[in-house]
Amino acid sequence: METPISPLFIPKPHLQLLLDELRRRKYSVVGPTIDQDAIVYGDIHSVEQLPQGWTDEQAPGHYRLKRREDESWFGYVVGPHSWKKYLFPPKTTLLSAEKTESGWQFIPRSADTTKFALLGVRACELAAMRIQDQVFLDGPYQDPLYRERREQLFIIAVNCTQAASTCFCTSMKTGPRCEKGFDLALTEIDSGFLCEVGSERGREVLDAFISSARRASEGSSNDANSTNENVTSLPILDATPEQLRSAETARQQAVDQITKHMETSDLPGLLLSNLDHPRWKEVGERCLSCTNCTMVCPTCFCSSVTEVRDLNMDRVERERTWDSCFNPDFSYLGGSLVRNDTASRYRQWLTHKLDSWHAQFGTSGCVGCGRCITWCPVGIDITEEVAAIREGTLP
Amino acid sequence: MTATRPTLHENPWYTHTVRITDLIDETEGVATYHLKFTDGDAATAYEFIPGQFNMLYLPGVGESAISMSGDPARKNGWIHTVRVAGNVTKTLARLRRGDTLGLRGPFGTGWPVADLVGTDVVIVAGGLGMAPLRPLVYHLMNHREQFGKIWLILGARTSDGLLYPCEYSAWQKRDLEVILTVDRATADWNGHVGVVTQLIDRLQLPRPEQTQMVTCGPEVMMKYAAMSGHRLGIDAGRIWVSMERNMQCAAGLCGHCQLGPEFICKDGPVIRYDRIRPYLFVEQL
Amino acid sequence: MPRKPRLAVFKFASCDGCQLSLLDAEDELLAICDRVEIAHFAEASSDLQPGPYDVALVEGSITTHEDAERIKRVRADSKFLMTIGACATAGGIQSLRNWGQIDEWVGSVYPSPEFIRTLATSTAIADHVLVDFALHGCPINHHQLVDILVALAEGRQPRVPSHSVCLDCKHRGTVCSVVARGIPCLGPVTQSGCGAICPAYDRGCYGCFGPSQPANTTSLVSQFRSHGHQTEKLVPLLRSFNAAAPEFQRASEQLVILGTSSEGCRS
Repeated sequence: METPISPLFIPKPHLQLLLDELRRRKYSVVGPTIDQDAIVYGDIHSVEQLPQGWTDEQAPGHYRLKRREDESWFGYVVGPHSWKKYLFPPKTTLLSAEKTESGWQFIPRSADTTKFALLGVRACELAAMRIQDQVFLDGPYQDPLYRERREQLFIIAVNCTQAASTCFCTSMKTGPRCEKGFDLALTEIDSGFLCEVGSERGREVLDAFISSARRASEGSSNDANSTNENVTSLPILDATPEQLRSAETARQQAVDQITKHMETSDLPGLLLSNLDHPRWKEVGERCLSCTNCTMVCPTCFCSSVTEVRDLNMDRVERERTWDSCFNPDFSYLGGSLVRNDTASRYRQWLTHKLDSWHAQFGTSGCVGCGRCITWCPVGIDITEEVAAIREGTLP
Repeated sequence: MTATRPTLHENPWYTHTVRITDLIDETEGVATYHLKFTDGDAATAYEFIPGQFNMLYLPGVGESAISMSGDPARKNGWIHTVRVAGNVTKTLARLRRGDTLGLRGPFGTGWPVADLVGTDVVIVAGGLGMAPLRPLVYHLMNHREQFGKIWLILGARTSDGLLYPCEYSAWQKRDLEVILTVDRATADWNGHVGVVTQLIDRLQLPRPEQTQMVTCGPEVMMKYAAMSGHRLGIDAGRIWVSMERNMQCAAGLCGHCQLGPEFICKDGPVIRYDRIRPYLFVEQL
Repeated sequence: MPRKPRLAVFKFASCDGCQLSLLDAEDELLAICDRVEIAHFAEASSDLQPGPYDVALVEGSITTHEDAERIKRVRADSKFLMTIGACATAGGIQSLRNWGQIDEWVGSVYPSPEFIRTLATSTAIADHVLVDFALHGCPINHHQLVDILVALAEGRQPRVPSHSVCLDCKHRGTVCSVVARGIPCLGPVTQSGCGAICPAYDRGCYGCFGPSQPANTTSLVSQFRSHGHQTEKLVPLLRSFNAAAPEFQRASEQLVILGTSSEGCRS
């Protein structure tokens, strides 16, 4: 954006009109909703599906859905899902092979036309998308599905107003404030949302939304798609200084709640120069090598390809699925495994994530979202492991 | 890295149909396949840098990364020398002339042909490691005047395992010194017996500081070859190795082939030794 | 293509569920018959042809002296011997007898125990003869079995994934029940193969597919204990279909020792 535009104030019920506007533009809107005792990302048609009045309590190896004292719509941190499932799906067909009279023919997958609008993207998650962009788009080869979905993506970020005990985005300099990489960004205050615009596309959608809100408030809406009966006559105006202050206070609350810290100053280098550190063996005894941390990580990108064939072998599909450096088979080479104990696999994950990622992509692979800490069934804490290696390092 | 990569297609998964046009048995379990695109439009795209690889695809079985072993100047098909090792190569070995399979590539870095100009070159190959080096030998032969002295030290378990024996005399004639060795002598063998490093150690390099080493073979052999090269005065910045790891996507997108900070599929397989050395001596990396 | 491999199916102490899953593979069964010659399969045909066989599928565990001898003859008759299911691969649910007293349970189960001749233990086939391939599961996943038979018929080395159930849960979007609900779930130490069914229906994994590689049961069990799960709940969890799989057996026995000592402290 050339000139910063002062944030608008959107009364809470109007958010439904924004969802309706996105759906009118053929976006599949996905966002936070409650399922399986957690706040996960799924299809959102109505603001009623948002986790209104719920929050998450997180600690190493621990997550509980909790009732809030207020009715906040985005009053949680991050859950077990990450947005990568929409851009880099857990299972994708890459191409298919068909046996014909003249031999094998290979049919590339057809272009993906799904347009996703993500609602509720946190600052650390914006950073994670920038990191996956580098992996899948910035090299000599691009992942075609990722590119197609990324180009069409509409992002509504939501600033955090609280933090979990597992959050350390401030250490990784990725949050909690959403600064770039969104189309629209919201900050939730009592009566509504302050909305910032981050792109031309965001401006366009916002303008259309304001018009439809105006029509709705004039009571002359002929929009059959709008299902919201709570639309009030509240106008959408520039935020007042008081509202701006409330939003700032809410955002500051998230900053103030962050207690976890990871020292990063020596990180490119620290782990690669400590490949024989005794801590790897120690963490290898606790680690289950179960792959949970890599699956919930919003930047982990490892995958494997398997052959899906019919029995007569007339048609074969090559299917790519999420895989993990914690899966022993992942390092298979010529009949044996390169990394055949858990310690070596944990070392691979951590050195890649925090150290060699810098050499590969010019950035850390960690955004400080804390998912790997929360969702490790035995509660291994990435920040503690780094600290332990640093502590045991001879100067 | 001086090698550049010709981009065949932006989509790394794009797979072409190729037909086996010729099939040559080399040694026990090793055969050379000549492959041609069935799609006429793609037939212009046989360009590669010596040292690069293609992904060969057997539907229903999987893919395998196989280096090119033919002459880069000929551009009339893909030539791959393959040893039966896993399921893909086992299935490939059952195919016959006229059969089709999938191919995508070329991928990865090649031997540093530009850096070798004006220098003496020590080529060290172990067993099937000769296959990715043969395109380089062809390139050196095609432009013989650009290079100084060239030695090819080639080792195998037994004399049966020495690849491309009919070509050695042609190479010798073009002033490339072929030195052969085997781990175990059979009745027909009256040459050197022992590991390649013993032969490297005996080389008299007229100008070690302007000599480069390129090597491909088992990882342990390459490490010892590099140490011997180093003793002769070839520093690690002038030694190039061709690495092997499990490559699946071949484009740095799937994570399988990492060794330290390197994606062997796109930062390699040919890597300058000083870059990869720190990681070669760490177990289970 | 060379001649079709001769297939035999043998049953030891088991419920027949695994060999039934071959018959259940209705969509694939005819195609399989095109690839392999079914030479000996008592569940499917009374035409039992003698060996030698190229591939033997062995279901069930060894629980009698006769079976301990019979498995040796099966092995001698078979080029490639593959165990199918938890009984053959790990001893099965019947390996619970390994922790009991043979006279006691034979006496309590059978009205005329004097007619019962049995071993004191139920053991895996691999404890008796060399096994070329082990297919996990209670019951096995018939898609995996079909894939393996096709691979063998095509002369390929069969492979099945050895990762934990967790990876499959994540593919499905299932939220971790250990972390979000405190349910003791064996998924992190159990091999993939079932498609992660139970956690998707709000149940912890029962470990039907046996230990994954590596199954760090020590770490997981100690975490369960710190969540407050008691020995009397965890031991039965570990002692089910794969009770005698080494990683599960070791963990349950450690728990019994720990449980006894901590209960001693409490009283």
